[in-house]
Amino acid sequence: MTDAVDFIAAEAALLDAGRFDDWLALFTEDGHYWVPLQGAAQADPISHNSLAYEDRLLLQLRVDRLKNPRAHSQHPKSHCQHVLQRSIVEDENAATGELALRTPFLYIEARGEEQVMLAGTCRHLLVRTPAGFAIRQKRIDLLHAGRALPAIQLFI
Amino acid sequence: MTLYRDRPEAIQALVQDDRVHRDIYLSEELFALEQERFFAHTWLYVGHASQVPNPGDYWALELAGRPVMMVRQPDGTVRVFYNRCAHKGTRLVTDESGNTGRFFRCPYHAWTYKLDGAPLAIPLKTGYEGTRLKECESGQGLTELKHTVVYRDFVFVRLSDRGPDFESYFGEALRAIDNMVDRSPEGRLTAGGGVMRNIIHCNWKMYLENINDTVHPMSTHESATQAAGALWQGRAPDEPKPMAMEQILPFGSGYDFFDKMGGRVFANGHSVLGVNFSIHSNYAQLPDYEAAMREAHGAERAMEILQRSPQNSVLFPSLSVKGSPQAIRVIRPLATNRTLIEAWSFRAAGAPDLLFERAMTYNRLVFSPMSVVAHDDVHLFESMQQGLKAEGNEWVSLHRNFDPAELAEDTVTTNGTNELLMRNQFRAWAKYMAEPAS
Repeated sequence: MTDAVDFIAAEAALLDAGRFDDWLALFTEDGHYWVPLQGAAQADPISHNSLAYEDRLLLQLRVDRLKNPRAHSQHPKSHCQHVLQRSIVEDENAATGELALRTPFLYIEARGEEQVMLAGTCRHLLVRTPAGFAIRQKRIDLLHAGRALPAIQLFI
Repeated sequence: MTLYRDRPEAIQALVQDDRVHRDIYLSEELFALEQERFFAHTWLYVGHASQVPNPGDYWALELAGRPVMMVRQPDGTVRVFYNRCAHKGTRLVTDESGNTGRFFRCPYHAWTYKLDGAPLAIPLKTGYEGTRLKECESGQGLTELKHTVVYRDFVFVRLSDRGPDFESYFGEALRAIDNMVDRSPEGRLTAGGGVMRNIIHCNWKMYLENINDTVHPMSTHESATQAAGALWQGRAPDEPKPMAMEQILPFGSGYDFFDKMGGRVFANGHSVLGVNFSIHSNYAQLPDYEAAMREAHGAERAMEILQRSPQNSVLFPSLSVKGSPQAIRVIRPLATNRTLIEAWSFRAAGAPDLLFERAMTYNRLVFSPMSVVAHDDVHLFESMQQGLKAEGNEWVSLHRNFDPAELAEDTVTTNGTNELLMRNQFRAWAKYMAEPAS
C-alpha cells in the first residue's frame, strides 16, 4: 500500500505548495471534505454540526475565493505546513476498491505575525480510478475541535 | 493611571450624538469598568434551558469574568449560581457540562451543597462549633444569581442588585425570542448539534455593531459572493438551489436591498434589522410545516410568524437572534481586544428536520472558524483594533442618516442602512456605564 501512503503525502504537499486547483482535482465528483465539531467522537455530519462539511461545489467556492484579490483576509497571505505521521491502512474493501487510511498530523497555518497550530488525525477514504487514487472523503478529526478557535483559512 | 474610574463625565463624553471615541474599543481601564459596571447592570444571556434537561444537570461558563453555572433543579426549574465553593473558592465543577447527581461536592475538602445551593455537610464539623462560620457567607452555601429570568427557556441574569427589571430592560426586543419559539408548532426549542466557538482579536463592540452593519457585505464579502455567484451563473432562476447556495448567494444583494429591508431600534440598545425582509426571506417553502403551523396557531397568526424573518435581532449586549434560520450568536467579551463568539443552532419541536439542518448549515457556512464569509469580517475587525491606534483622528464615524429628532425617541423605525442601529447601542453603553439610580 506504499502507493496509497505516498498519495496522502503528495496530497498534503499540494496544499502546502498552495496548489489548490490541483488538490481539488484529487476529489471524486461526490467527494467531501469534513471537519466534525466533535472530532473523532462524531458519528455523522447530519446529527451534529461540523466546522466544515463541504462538497465539490463548496470546495470550489473556497478555492475560487482565495484567488480573488479582494479576499481581504488574505492580505497578508496565509501559508500552511502539514507534518504527517506515516499513514496506516485501516480498511480495504476488495469489492469496491475503497481504501481507508488514518494519518495523525500537526498542521500549522501562518499569517502575518500569527501562527495557529492544530493537531489531529486525517481519515481518508480513497477510491481507485484509471488515473490513480481519488479522494471520496477526507475527514479531519481535530484534537480539540469543539473549543474556541481563531480563523482557519486554508485546508487542513 | 485612571482616566475614567472616578470621572463619569469623561465616560459620557466618549459617546457623542453621531460618533464615538476610540477609547471605547481600546482602553483596558474601560474594559475593566465594563466588567464591573456595564455587564453587571444589563441583562446577559446565560444559556438555553435545554442545555440542562435533567435534575442535577449543570452547564458552567464564564460571564463577564465571573464563573457561573446553570443548574436544573429537582422541581424542574433552572437556577444560576456562582461556580465557587463557599469555603476557599474552588470551582465546584470544572467540566463544562455534566450531571452532579443530587448534590455538589467540592473536590478540595468535600464540602457539599444541595442543588439549590444550600449547605449540606462539612467533614469534621465539630471543629466549627463556637466559630462564626454559620453567620458568614462561607457557611451559607452557594451564592445564587438572584436576578435570573427564564424567558421561554432562554436564561438571562443581571449580576448586580441594581439595574432595570427584565421586562422593562428588553421590552419589545423579546418578540425576537417569541418569533423563534413560535416557529415550533409545539412552542419548544432545543439547542442541538453543538456550538461553534470563535476567538476574535477585537473589542466585543466591533462584533456587535457589525451585526447591524448593512453597508459592509458588498465590499467586505465581495470575494465570497463573487465566487458563489460565478459558480451559480447560468442556472435557471427557478432551479432549486442547494441549501448552501440558498444561504450564501443573498449576501451579494446590493445596497438598495439592505437599505429597503428597514430597521428598528428600541430603548437600551436593542434592535431589529430587516423589519420588512432580509437575506433569510426567500428560503424554500415547506408546505407540510406551514400546514402544521396553521394547525397550531391558526392561519393568520401562522402567516404572521413565518413572514417575520429579520436579518438580526439584537438583545443588547450579549445575544443576537435569527428566527429563521433558528440560530443565535452569543457575544462573550474576554479582554479589551479579545472576544469569544458562540453560534448555537436550535431544533424546533414539531418542525421538520430540514429547519434544524438550515440552522446548522447557516452556522457552519457563516459562523464557523473555517467560514469563508467570516474570514473577511474577522480580518477587518482585527484590522480596526490595530488601525485605531493611529494618531490624528480619535473618533469613529457613525454619522450616516443622523437626525437630531432620534434623540427624543426610544423606538424608531428607519431605513436599513441608517447607522442609528449602532448609535443606539453606544447610547445604551454610556447609560449602563453610569451607576444606575436604583
